[in-house]
Amino acid sequence: MKLPIYLSLLDEAERTLAESFRQVADEHGDEPDVHFLCQTLAGQCDEHRDRLRPVIERYGEGSADDEPERLHGDGLERARTGPLGLLRDLQDLYLLASMTDITWTMIKQVAQALPDHELLDIVAACEQQTSVQLMWLQTRMSQAAPQALIASR
Amino acid sequence: MQRMDGITARERVRDVWGARTPFDRGHAWPDRVDIALAEGVAEDDVDAWVQSACVLCSNGCGCDIAVKDGRMVGIRGRADDPVNRGRLGPKGLFASWKGMENGDRLTTPLVREGGELVPASWDDAMDRVARRSRELLDEVGPLSHGFYTSGQLFLEEYYALAVIGKAGVGTPHMDGNTRLCTATAAAALKETFGADGQPAVYEDIDECDAMFLYGHNMAATQTVAWARVLDRLAGPNPPLIVAVDPRSTAVARRADVHLAINPGTNLALMHALVREVLERGWTDDDYLAAHTIGLDELRGQIEEWTPERAAEVCGIRADDIREAARIFGTSRRVLSTVLQGFYQSAQATAASCQVNNLHLLRGMIGRPGAGILQMNGQPTAQNNRECGADGDLPGFRNWENQAHIDELATLWGVDSLKIPHWAEPTHAMQLFRYVEQGSIRFLWISATNPAVSLPQLPRIREILGSSDAFLVVQDLYLTETAEFADVVLPAAGWGEKTGTFTNTTRTVHLSEKAVDPPGEARSDLDIFLDYARRMDFRRLDGEPLIDWTGPEDVYRAWQECSRGRPCDYTGISYDDLRAEGAVRWPRREGETESVDRLYSDAQFPTRREQCETYGHDLLTGAVLDEPTFAALNPDGRAILKSAPYSGPHEPPDDEYPLRFTTGRSAYHFHTRTKTGRARELVEAAPSVWVEMAETDAAARGLAEGDVVEVRSRRGRLVAPVRISAIAPAAVFAPFHYGYWDAPEDAAEPHPTAANELTITEWDPVSKQPVFKTAAVRVERVRDPS
Repeated sequence: MKLPIYLSLLDEAERTLAESFRQVADEHGDEPDVHFLCQTLAGQCDEHRDRLRPVIERYGEGSADDEPERLHGDGLERARTGPLGLLRDLQDLYLLASMTDITWTMIKQVAQALPDHELLDIVAACEQQTSVQLMWLQTRMSQAAPQALIASR
Repeated sequence: MQRMDGITARERVRDVWGARTPFDRGHAWPDRVDIALAEGVAEDDVDAWVQSACVLCSNGCGCDIAVKDGRMVGIRGRADDPVNRGRLGPKGLFASWKGMENGDRLTTPLVREGGELVPASWDDAMDRVARRSRELLDEVGPLSHGFYTSGQLFLEEYYALAVIGKAGVGTPHMDGNTRLCTATAAAALKETFGADGQPAVYEDIDECDAMFLYGHNMAATQTVAWARVLDRLAGPNPPLIVAVDPRSTAVARRADVHLAINPGTNLALMHALVREVLERGWTDDDYLAAHTIGLDELRGQIEEWTPERAAEVCGIRADDIREAARIFGTSRRVLSTVLQGFYQSAQATAASCQVNNLHLLRGMIGRPGAGILQMNGQPTAQNNRECGADGDLPGFRNWENQAHIDELATLWGVDSLKIPHWAEPTHAMQLFRYVEQGSIRFLWISATNPAVSLPQLPRIREILGSSDAFLVVQDLYLTETAEFADVVLPAAGWGEKTGTFTNTTRTVHLSEKAVDPPGEARSDLDIFLDYARRMDFRRLDGEPLIDWTGPEDVYRAWQECSRGRPCDYTGISYDDLRAEGAVRWPRREGETESVDRLYSDAQFPTRREQCETYGHDLLTGAVLDEPTFAALNPDGRAILKSAPYSGPHEPPDDEYPLRFTTGRSAYHFHTRTKTGRARELVEAAPSVWVEMAETDAAARGLAEGDVVEVRSRRGRLVAPVRISAIAPAAVFAPFHYGYWDAPEDAAEPHPTAANELTITEWDPVSKQPVFKTAAVRVERVRDPS
């Protein structure tokens, strides 16, 4: 049973994403929409981890030996500055959120196959939020890219 | 017909709604003709009465301008106009014409030379504008250009500007101050019904059994509409009134239920009202099944919002929430109106959509007395939304729908990629951010005063003052904003030019030129057309992009642009407007009747090929794409949507323990550019004040009239305190008071403007700035000098 490894992977992905949202919120305080929404979205990631906790406890933590470390996405090392920096930071967030998104999809597959109704309920509550996070990041980047890459100084 | 000739100006300023003409439900609102004339001028002395409508709020009261010896000398309401039946409010009576007739009007263009603004010829001024514009288009491209316009111009001026910006320059950076007043009305209508368009009409005030005013101080902002409500209240079978407002306004004092909620908590209240209506079974289930989608998601979002939970968050009694819900759920005909208390507050679009949802739950839309007024603030805001000079596309077209873009490209004779549509058009706050960052280097501001009306004014002054952007300002007067300009263009205003505009209930009026503008001032339209000629914008076939010479040419072009769209003007000509006075859209070519109430057939413009937007996630503002919208398949049904409550940002803390909210006086409009030049109104409301609850004042040892400093993390306001029945922990100030008329020896002119304190933040969907939730502290000023 390797599900615990994937649950830990998801937990870690949400943790990394939350931390990165907060870094971007802090660094880009002059972009109020980015600042406040990244804080809200970081809160969603925290909530996802809270919801996952009982399931992780039930299945047990994935053994450190089994965990393929190379699967982890690194968070943002340090947020960048300026219009181009904002675009790159949002794009990094997009990659990290994509990681959580696809991991939720895999967990959902496993929860259906088991079946595990408690886990399916959690997936239903969380995966939609993750997909909206991706949609918002795409919306904000689509707005920012032409200005940052053509007109910014 | 009652004449108000005997009423003195002083009396009408004190009684802003005028004498009562009570009427019963379902009857016509009686006439009452209000008139104001310059001292020494009698009605018989007037040379000509010129047809117009008032531009000092979104009501758009039909009126005639009195002209004598080539000057505007007064105003009279039109008894046959369905909007006002002859009435005018204090702003219309005194400021509409006195605000134009002033010695300090701009009469020549000004250009900056050696740091100073000096008079120049039109040719010199416009040559500087066109030269800098051309240089930047060549060097950087259209993204270097931004246009920030108004809710005060005429339809023809917005449409001309939209075509210049979108098909000539090709920039997405165009918005209006409508972003500050009415963006959420448009957003909420688009999200729920698929397109902008006011569902109800003012005649619904005559027909309703209950009226809900959500964050709408109608008694101050639309005094003539409130007179209509007062006349219902004074007649047989008056409607019940429910008011949502942290302040004890004139509306709240007439309310059967006043929900004095904490600033920023609208959405919590709305969730509880929706939940009660659902729980108690006050829904029209057949209507919901046939004409809406999204009920299950909505149930999920409001499930936890019991009246007790909302009462705790909002700081009111749960029983008052239940009583308000009962009135909504059991009255036969409910009319709701929504304005800045919702639009300029936290989670604006989600809260305003919940008002739409309440009406859909009861199938209460499109019938006499049963409807929704998502209100406008400014007189011509509606036209900016229709014509697309404000971050929308002309004719309520959808920037995500290629077929809509192709229609515009064909109409204008340009390549569809010339029309920026790779993202939503840039909203005002982002536009100023690009100026701050130096990527917008050419900014043209017309008929608005962001140096006083935008949030966080110290930052706005910094942007306007230190940016190297080339700043063009076009206005009647040398405003606080114009002081920063590189080129100032003197504009002709109301009564000095011809054009149309549309009020908050889709009623179109023609405003005719009554007098010549002062000096060399020119209409905003003429200025835009001059720029277009100098820039030599061309169509793909080599012909000039713009060949219009006057307002009626532009209006006819706009009619074509509106053809087949929800705001169809093809059946409303200038001659129709001259003959009929006031005409509602939509009226299509060949029709002689307008559609009064939208959606009486429960057919909503949510078909994919028709809708103005595919919608947004209301928590984040994430744009939904075409496949997502197609999967929802609303197909003519309305969409029930909202968002989880997240509450206002910048929560009060030990350092800044109070919540600051801004608003309006019945005597002033926007930044007092006109109303501050009408003596009657200046005397009625000469200077800024601050309102606080008795407990909060007592805790600080403050008495009525004490001068206080209100401080936020961004700035300070100094004003005398008025102790009022405002919700505890809330502080209010009117936002009108900039510093153009500050005494010349004032040591520090700025702390009269409420927006010194407000936060730079906006609703994620409508992008309307949040003016109503900043955290502040209040202290007595020991030595006011």
